[in-house]
Amino acid sequence: MKRQARNLMAALAMTIALPAMAQEPQAGGTLNVVIQPEPPGLMIGLIQNGPTQMVAGDIYESLLRYDTDLNPHPGLAKEWSVSEDGLTYTFKLHEGVKFHDGEEFTSEDVKFSIDVFLRETHPRLRTSLEHLESIETPDPYTVVFKLKNPFGPFLGLFEPGTAPMIPKHVYEGTDFANNPANNTPIGTGPFKFDKWEKGSYIHLVKNEDYYLEGKPYLDEIYYHVIPDAASRAVAYETGKVDVLPGGSVENFDVPRIKEMENTCITDKGWELFGPLAWMWVNNDNPPLDDPKVRQAIMHAIDREFARDALWNGLGKVATGPVSSSTRFYSDATPDISYDPEKAKALLEESSYDGETIRLLGLPYGETWQRWAEAVKQNLAEIGMDVEIVASDVAGWNQKVSDRDYDLAFTYLYQYGDPALGVARNYFSDNAEKGSPWNNVANYQNPEIDKMFDEAALMVSPEDREKAYAEIQDIIVSDAPNIWLLELGFPTISRCNIHDPVTTAIGVNDSFRDTWIEK
Amino acid sequence: MTRFILGRLVKSVFILLAILILNFFLIHAAPGDPAAVMAGEAGAADEKFLADLRAQFGLDQPLYVQLWIYLKGAVQLDLGFSFRQQMPVADLIWNRLPATLLLTGAAFVLSLVLGVIAGVAASARQGTWGDTVISTLALLFYATPLFWVALMAVVVFSVWLGWLPGFGFETIGAGYTGFARALDIGRHLILPATTLGLFFMAIYTRMTRASMLEVSRLDFVKTARAKGLRHGVIQRRHVLRNALLPVITLAGLQAGQVFGGAVLTETVFAWPGIGRLMFEAINQRDYNVILGVFFVSAAMVLLFNLITDVIYVFVDPRIRLTE
Repeated sequence: MKRQARNLMAALAMTIALPAMAQEPQAGGTLNVVIQPEPPGLMIGLIQNGPTQMVAGDIYESLLRYDTDLNPHPGLAKEWSVSEDGLTYTFKLHEGVKFHDGEEFTSEDVKFSIDVFLRETHPRLRTSLEHLESIETPDPYTVVFKLKNPFGPFLGLFEPGTAPMIPKHVYEGTDFANNPANNTPIGTGPFKFDKWEKGSYIHLVKNEDYYLEGKPYLDEIYYHVIPDAASRAVAYETGKVDVLPGGSVENFDVPRIKEMENTCITDKGWELFGPLAWMWVNNDNPPLDDPKVRQAIMHAIDREFARDALWNGLGKVATGPVSSSTRFYSDATPDISYDPEKAKALLEESSYDGETIRLLGLPYGETWQRWAEAVKQNLAEIGMDVEIVASDVAGWNQKVSDRDYDLAFTYLYQYGDPALGVARNYFSDNAEKGSPWNNVANYQNPEIDKMFDEAALMVSPEDREKAYAEIQDIIVSDAPNIWLLELGFPTISRCNIHDPVTTAIGVNDSFRDTWIEK
Repeated sequence: MTRFILGRLVKSVFILLAILILNFFLIHAAPGDPAAVMAGEAGAADEKFLADLRAQFGLDQPLYVQLWIYLKGAVQLDLGFSFRQQMPVADLIWNRLPATLLLTGAAFVLSLVLGVIAGVAASARQGTWGDTVISTLALLFYATPLFWVALMAVVVFSVWLGWLPGFGFETIGAGYTGFARALDIGRHLILPATTLGLFFMAIYTRMTRASMLEVSRLDFVKTARAKGLRHGVIQRRHVLRNALLPVITLAGLQAGQVFGGAVLTETVFAWPGIGRLMFEAINQRDYNVILGVFFVSAAMVLLFNLITDVIYVFVDPRIRLTE
């Protein structure tokens, strides 16, 4: 029964936008979801952290949606085309789409959102906009993006966390960060903001004027703020909440909850993010500047143990810097698998001389702490001395930004394309101190820089595939960082809640297709 | 009396100021700042993003300028703006205060009343099995970590028995009003208030018992007994009244914490109070919120110390206030 349910969920997740379901969706009902931590705000153009996106994904929309294989599907744009030379992208918008305050959504809002608002406020999109020449709006329902040069990942930018559509009539000419409208977010999405009782819950209600007939099915959504992980598990067990988004409960609680009646679990809905966990290696600090030491560490880590013992067997063992769900992933990279004998031999040849290596754990709960202990043990087995450094989130940020570490756990999103989510961690001119998400290891390889630059600008996907395969091959041989796991975050929900996850961004997308069987 | 109170109030202002300055430097000594934390959660940021945030928060100013701005505001009772929540800190604290007062107040009354009763009962039966039971329970509650009691209470009463809601302030989306709402909040209050109250109850029990036994051996009690007073009157008028002094000292300390909230209890029970606000603010380096909560709780501790000192005079006529 359980297996069947899981397969059904997987099948549903694949068939986005295709009404292949045998069952007729039922309208109505309230969805109770856990949100953790409490978001700092809901204006997604200003704040892009996980919890903000989870709630704001119901309120704001973008031009496209992506299935779990990252193929684009219609969002606010009903169709689109790309010119032969890869320089012109034309989007046709749905007509009759209204913002929550009743104003119509038009191409002017698209131009304002991308060219004015997000260019000012959104660091991740800003980098991609360097390739943008101009945005034209020949009529209210047509938007034409002209690029300076071909930019492979362009069509992958239009999800609500990267390119949300923001109402021009509310924000034009104002101080974006201090606009009072930020407290009552207005988008085009299937749910409208109703109330935020700080410290308790966020309440969204159905958008009666949503442009898709009959959708959304749910009447309302409550996001419950529950600060303690054990209490979140109890909230599900006692029926207070019905959806636990990935990462809401500690991993060791998952097997127990999974066994409950009417409970389904899926690890779909993370494909666009492709969260990859690895250890930064401070390439400046001896003896870690010696590639042999790094390769020894690479082979000393038992990734399968970590996945099975700490992550409930969910996720995949990493093979290099690119997640397998990200485009242009190559599996032909040099082997980095667990091999303590090889690790010992490599360490023997290296310049390592019994120094104590500091390992900075990630302060995101119990699982990461235990993982640090497992790594310490793995490295002790090949004769390395490791000291675990504890810190809180702010301290972790500071230490990694200042490169005050030897080894440091992290995990980052890849946004579906190596040009968006991978290159930033390996470019040599992206290695200045002060940010924990750039090239923190200070990996320097001019050849890789050049190849990344070229690969992003290629028009044909076949050429890009070849270029990225070569890049992955070289980076893995250089071993600047220790790649660990492609993380699997299970979304747990009652089985009578259909389609909680339908796209590559999972619960961060809206619950517009979700319905409750009574 | 008036002079005593005025003098203490003037002193309090200086103590508060010193606390504020000390807290300010303590917080800024912690690694990381709110801009980095917010950028960290976004998973991506560039120099411009961080610089914009720091400028928006005023963190690009030298530290002494920031301190001066903060003190200037605090003197006018303006606690500044929360970087993260984009709200005045005073509003944030004000919004969370009712929930915290309800929780800590209920725990305070519960622990004080039950603790003193249990202590008196135990001392009256010194050496009997009743005394042993009360003392053992008190020791148990005193020694058990709060978070464990909290989790066990949730497991037993919420998950297994299903009698009481395990967390939250009220039933979300139920739309109760008036008496029904009060009843609903009351049901939610039982577990956290009991959990929080148990520890102090244990302390009051032990202290009252020890103090009662000590006082009852004093000479004036013998005199009272020799006068032929009834046992109950001696216990109530002579022993209890004198035995309460250390209990009042402790109650004064606990009362000061009433406004500071209860970090652990509020976190486990998802209670939207000040303790949680402060705990989250510390993790997020939301400086103004941390300072604001510290400021309010420090002021309350000072105030309750003063009240405690005044109460001594009424309970024990031997004590005089001196300037």
